[in-house]
Amino acid sequence: MAITEERPEILELESGDTSFSTGAFARPTNASGWRAWFFTVDHKKIGIMYGAVAMFWFLWGGIEALLIRAQLFTPNGTVLTAEQYNQIFTMHGTTMVFLVIMPLAAAFANYIVPLQIGARDVAFPRMNALGLWLFVFGGIFLNLSWFLGGGPDGGWFAYAPNTGVTFSPGAGMDFYALGLQIAGIASLVGAINLIVTVLNMRAPGMTMLRMPVFTWMILVVQFLLLFALPVITVALILLSFDRTFDANFFNVAMGADPLLWQHLFWIFGHPEVYILILPSFGIVSETLPVFSRKPLFGYSVIVISGAAIGFMGWGVWAHHMFVSGLGPVGVAAFSATTMFIAVPTGVKILNWIATMWGGNLRFTVPMMFSISLVSMFTIGGLSGVMHSVAPADTQQTDTYFIVAHFHYVLFGGALMGLFAGMYYWWPKAFGYRLSESLGKWHFWILLVGFNMTFGPMHIVGLQGMARRHSRYGPEDGFDFWNAVVSIGAFVILIGMIVFAVNIVRSWLGYKAGTVPQEPADPWDARTLEWAIPSPTPEHNFDYVPVVTDIDDFWHKKYQPDENGKLRKVADGNEIAQKGDQHPHLPSPSYWPIVLAAGLPLIALGLIYNLWVSGIGLVLLLGAMFGWSLEPATDPNAGHDDHGDDHGPDANTPDGDEGGDAEVAEEAPVG
Amino acid sequence: MADIDEIDTSNLAYGRTEWDDHHHLPTNTGLTNEKVTMWAFLGSDCLLFGALISTYLLLRNRVGPATSGPTAADLFDIPFTSVSSFVLLMSSLTMVLAVTSIQRAEMDRCKLWLLTTAALGSIFIAGQVYEFTSFYREGLGFTTNISSSAFYTLTGFHGVHVSLGIVMLVTMWVLVSGGQIGPERAETIEIIGLYWHFVDIVWIVIFAVVYLIP
Repeated sequence: MAITEERPEILELESGDTSFSTGAFARPTNASGWRAWFFTVDHKKIGIMYGAVAMFWFLWGGIEALLIRAQLFTPNGTVLTAEQYNQIFTMHGTTMVFLVIMPLAAAFANYIVPLQIGARDVAFPRMNALGLWLFVFGGIFLNLSWFLGGGPDGGWFAYAPNTGVTFSPGAGMDFYALGLQIAGIASLVGAINLIVTVLNMRAPGMTMLRMPVFTWMILVVQFLLLFALPVITVALILLSFDRTFDANFFNVAMGADPLLWQHLFWIFGHPEVYILILPSFGIVSETLPVFSRKPLFGYSVIVISGAAIGFMGWGVWAHHMFVSGLGPVGVAAFSATTMFIAVPTGVKILNWIATMWGGNLRFTVPMMFSISLVSMFTIGGLSGVMHSVAPADTQQTDTYFIVAHFHYVLFGGALMGLFAGMYYWWPKAFGYRLSESLGKWHFWILLVGFNMTFGPMHIVGLQGMARRHSRYGPEDGFDFWNAVVSIGAFVILIGMIVFAVNIVRSWLGYKAGTVPQEPADPWDARTLEWAIPSPTPEHNFDYVPVVTDIDDFWHKKYQPDENGKLRKVADGNEIAQKGDQHPHLPSPSYWPIVLAAGLPLIALGLIYNLWVSGIGLVLLLGAMFGWSLEPATDPNAGHDDHGDDHGPDANTPDGDEGGDAEVAEEAPVG
Repeated sequence: MADIDEIDTSNLAYGRTEWDDHHHLPTNTGLTNEKVTMWAFLGSDCLLFGALISTYLLLRNRVGPATSGPTAADLFDIPFTSVSSFVLLMSSLTMVLAVTSIQRAEMDRCKLWLLTTAALGSIFIAGQVYEFTSFYREGLGFTTNISSSAFYTLTGFHGVHVSLGIVMLVTMWVLVSGGQIGPERAETIEIIGLYWHFVDIVWIVIFAVVYLIP
């Protein structure tokens, strides 16, 4: 118990006030089966569900990508019609941004952040569940459009008035506007919840500048979400009002300005870029020090540059609009800010390299994915700086060069980092590791396929191949590289099949006993989530960890000896908490999922029939009513599960004092 | 942030959470989770109104080949809106009185001021309904032209915010009357007060920018 040997108090939660318990229905009990997942408020289960659902959409968005590549495999492709192609590339982008990368980051944020700050759960567990279900229903709603007359077809940025009723008469853009609205509410709820959690619920001694970098980056991302989402909310409201209620916001005959949508969208859209990449920056800032066996080089610089990216990200949006006629002053200003924002990003890259420099590198799968983020993101970052030069950008706008650029930062950057996080935290979440050998196959096939797919796009882009066109002619000379790109896309598919096989085989092996159960600290890691058993016990921490350093867990294991050389003083698996307490936990609840189900009904009604909206509204208000009358913790739960002697009131510090004293001798940490 | 030695670890139910909202336990910031939540939400809401106000300012004087009808600015009745704005501002005063009285455990006064605040807010909403109706009668519908769409959307969103505030105030009045909320939960009223003051401040901006600046 080295983490807690000074203050082994029980982390005990007060139960709800029984005088106010008037829930309308009996509460769900979280025994097992699907109910344990659908009505849970546990941040770990919610995190896993975010990840699982996002991986489903990843498959879906991947199929859309493969359809695009099948169409472009040869000149004058005939796989898709132009209309279908518009819908497919729109939904590919929308799916990958809003239903894959954002929720995957939310999965890690939900699962890892409370563990890294030593908290029992997030600040508002039911709101957390609400965010998950809004994301799930928002994604389903968005994709319902495929069955109800065709998907959205205006690009993921949905430039109005191109997306108005005149030019996009189908219901697809309605599904886009309302579906993103629902997903946006999900992100907003999650952002507020995580901000409060990080600001308020850190373990004693964990000052802001002792927080793990992943938690820091997630905090920055939540602030970006907090301020960016209302702007796209307004943009989508204007579009919906135009389409549904005949408002005139984008009606050019009434004097509308098409730049209004572009400004509103990109004021959201550029912070969104950092919303997508910063979680992965946080992940590799955790993995690189662990697998280099060195502290992160320049912790405070990495944190400050992450926050600086967050601030400066608000001042660069118009570089998406250099060709829209902003005028020389605007273009020059946004060119300059775009060049500046490369500085804190470059600082991070240099810090990661310096972290690895001279380290005792272990080339595990998470390490390989992390290194590929550093290298592939750098390529994407360099082509990004090229775009800050407005004349060059004018040449490249709407060509495949842009497509290559943002796939290098989002696939080569964000997704590679998220894969690193999956391999790294898999033992913490599930108790076993994914196979290293299959993982290496996954990594190398993916890396080769990724570069085959997106590398040649630089070339055809500079040659002038336009994006979002469903066909190119045989006389254009694009056919060779397009064939390479399409083959590369299918190589990525093979890589992802290897990943799926890895998950299934490792899980089956774990069930059969051939894949070993991992201890608390399998990687000899640095942060608090490794100071508790794997998989994480339901209540996270037996005792509140008391933090005295950055990378506190590492400092409990390694101390400098008299010569100043680091010496191992304790084994992480021995000093980790045992996970044997049974404190009172927040109870599961029906209301988050019921409340979330109301919103897609309201949205469907706005498209088809307002009576459906009425039903949705009744459901929404009823769920709010039930929610507010229900105490967050069922005062009757928890006691009978564990017997009286393990009830929360029976927990005293005495039970573990012996153990603490023992370990404290081995690891005398002041 | 306080150093480790300064932290009171005597009560380690760390991080006051939703399920024990009747006990004041230490948090890192010293503010309760609920209050930080409201501040974060209001920060987000600033951007919502910021985007809506920008949209109105961009679109208010725009004309195209199909533009007809009056603009919203042609129809403003400044004296009338000044009065209803004054009423809304006074409701912030009564809101402060409601918070102060529950903090002093004067529950009857608290109920009175809660109800007064809700009533003043309702007068403001009634004024907005009257304003919208008379504008509509004078030929300014939601779809008439671009400035009308922008005007009704901006002021309508503010009206919805005020209405939600009224619902919260009336709910608080019911709960205080029923005894579910006593002086120990004064912070709940305080947090709703934060929301109410925010909505008032937003109206000051809208009134100044939309109504008064020509």
